[in-house]
Amino acid sequence: MLVVFPDPPTADLARTLDLAGYKWKAVNSITEASSSEPTAGWSGAIIACDEDPEAGWAFVRALRKRDTPVAAVIVLVNGAQLADLELRDELFDDFILSPFHPREMEARLRHLFWSTVGTTRAEMIETSGLVLNLETYQASFEGKPLDLTYMEYELLKFLAQNPGKVFTRETLLSRVWGYEYYGGARTVDVHIRRLRAKLGEEHANLIQTVRSVGYSFGQVRRGA
Amino acid sequence: MLDQKRDYVLRTVEERGVRLVRLWFTDVLGTLKSFAITPAELENALADGMTCDGSSIDGFSRVQESDVLAIPDPNTFEVMPWVDAKAAEARVFCDIHNLDSTPFEGDPRRVLRRNLDAARAQGFEFLIAPDIEYFYFAPPVRGETPQPLDEGGFFDLTTTDIASSLRKETIRTLETMGIPVEYSFHEDAPSQHEIDLRHTDALSMADSVMTFRVVVKEIAAARNVHATFMPKPLEGMQGSGMHLHMSLFSGDQNAFYDESDPYNLSKVAKHFMAGLLRHAAEITAITNQTVNSYKRLVPGFEAPVHISWARNNRSGLIRVPVPKKGNANATRIEYRSPDPTTNPYLAFSVILAAGMKGITEEYSLPIEADANLFEMTDADLSKLGIAQLPQSLSEALSVMESSTLVKEALGDHIFEWFLRNKKIEWRGYKTQVTPFELDRYLRSM
Repeated sequence: MLVVFPDPPTADLARTLDLAGYKWKAVNSITEASSSEPTAGWSGAIIACDEDPEAGWAFVRALRKRDTPVAAVIVLVNGAQLADLELRDELFDDFILSPFHPREMEARLRHLFWSTVGTTRAEMIETSGLVLNLETYQASFEGKPLDLTYMEYELLKFLAQNPGKVFTRETLLSRVWGYEYYGGARTVDVHIRRLRAKLGEEHANLIQTVRSVGYSFGQVRRGA
Repeated sequence: MLDQKRDYVLRTVEERGVRLVRLWFTDVLGTLKSFAITPAELENALADGMTCDGSSIDGFSRVQESDVLAIPDPNTFEVMPWVDAKAAEARVFCDIHNLDSTPFEGDPRRVLRRNLDAARAQGFEFLIAPDIEYFYFAPPVRGETPQPLDEGGFFDLTTTDIASSLRKETIRTLETMGIPVEYSFHEDAPSQHEIDLRHTDALSMADSVMTFRVVVKEIAAARNVHATFMPKPLEGMQGSGMHLHMSLFSGDQNAFYDESDPYNLSKVAKHFMAGLLRHAAEITAITNQTVNSYKRLVPGFEAPVHISWARNNRSGLIRVPVPKKGNANATRIEYRSPDPTTNPYLAFSVILAAGMKGITEEYSLPIEADANLFEMTDADLSKLGIAQLPQSLSEALSVMESSTLVKEALGDHIFEWFLRNKKIEWRGYKTQVTPFELDRYLRSM
């Protein structure tokens, strides 16, 4: 879960985060950020320092001072505010110039949160509302348990461990099914369709079909 | 990997608080059988199977060797979404073995596995997508004509809403259980519905058809509605069929597709169709296994009567749907005679065996019958070499009895038991004096 400052964020930011499949919560103060923090902690923060730089930077500083620091912090500044970044290196992990292009935002989020959001703890995979507990084999989506067969679970795990990366059917067969499979590459299609059915119609696009290539979890990473 | 799969099932039972695991398997007639075990027994069951008395199951053991082992197939473990989450229940399909662990020849799932293995040995995977029709009725009263929901009287609310909400809930449940639905709609007859499933490999699909029948009935029953797959419940109305869309794949390639053919049908597809057509009469007792099935296979209700094929003619036995241009994967054939009371494991087995026979013997495909066969005279039909499907269960059984193809596909055990059982069913029917006869003959003769 990402924390976003201020509340409400710009429509562009909200849409970009939603489309990229991130869960997020907008707040207006550091107190609010602490009171609404999920038990697993914030996985990252996006702070707009362009509209109201003073409030924005104050929030960043407060966030960094907490006992439980937030792993990855992105700040938004406009072209005229680049100087604000100087001598504040320790406060943020990356910055994005506003107005931003959604693609750029997505790419930066992915690089930053790849290691944090994607693998919060070694035995958990948390991404885009999906939580896989690798120890207990349990999957949940948006807080509700997701009942999967073993092969559906293994396929989803493999895809979710590599969000944005496109895999061919052959790769998925050899990596997920190993040598103990029959049914050829169509087996992959059948299982993907089953996973989508279980995720529900409105989230079926969590697993993307990349025409005449294969499948990916979430938006395809450019150049991957 | 088997150990991991078992481990996965055991952990899921623990984590999800599953209280009861239902072991499912299918008797020779296609009736779902189930017995429940507690999670404590599951580990044992997964490793060694559960012993059960086969003599109480239709088509299973002879009395002297009555015990069999039900061994759960961990691939098929699913939590049942319609059961209260606080006392979750799960189901798992079983393969049936003899006590010495050899596969039991009376197990329909085993029969399908064997036929799929034979096709696989020749490089083919069998994919199936069924269109399943059924009716919703008021709870049946003995001796009375079934009462459709649509005709009002039974419900005070608008009945189409109830039927469509039942259908919606059914689809949601199927999808949650990993059975994707392609389309669904209200059919022509009152209270008749159709749900089309998305293709999978034939074994998963046979399991899915079994699950489908349970889900449709359970969800209707919860609203005091009776869902039925009976092939022809209403005289003078359309019956319920289970059209099967089928293709063979070789690896990633649709073996039925050939770009250069005017119909986009490959040689493999044409031989397969020729095999199905040549052996259609022999396999009909399996695909249409009740006395009532043959009341559906009559002219005038979009059910096939003649052994023929065509592209856009719905009166033929095999239809070749025209897929969107360039969609090689969607090239398929539709076999239109089966009805939803069939045992899917056995039906898929004999259909595959007939098609594969056509491929290995390189049968040639008869000419397309694109005229409406219902309107042709018998003389014209025989000129075209077009025969009819068996007209009754009795006729279908006698054609089946002389079929080595069906005997090999089913194995001796099921072949003999099925014929014996169904002949008894036919005798039971034949000895009845029906209202038709009383109306027609009592006064006038």
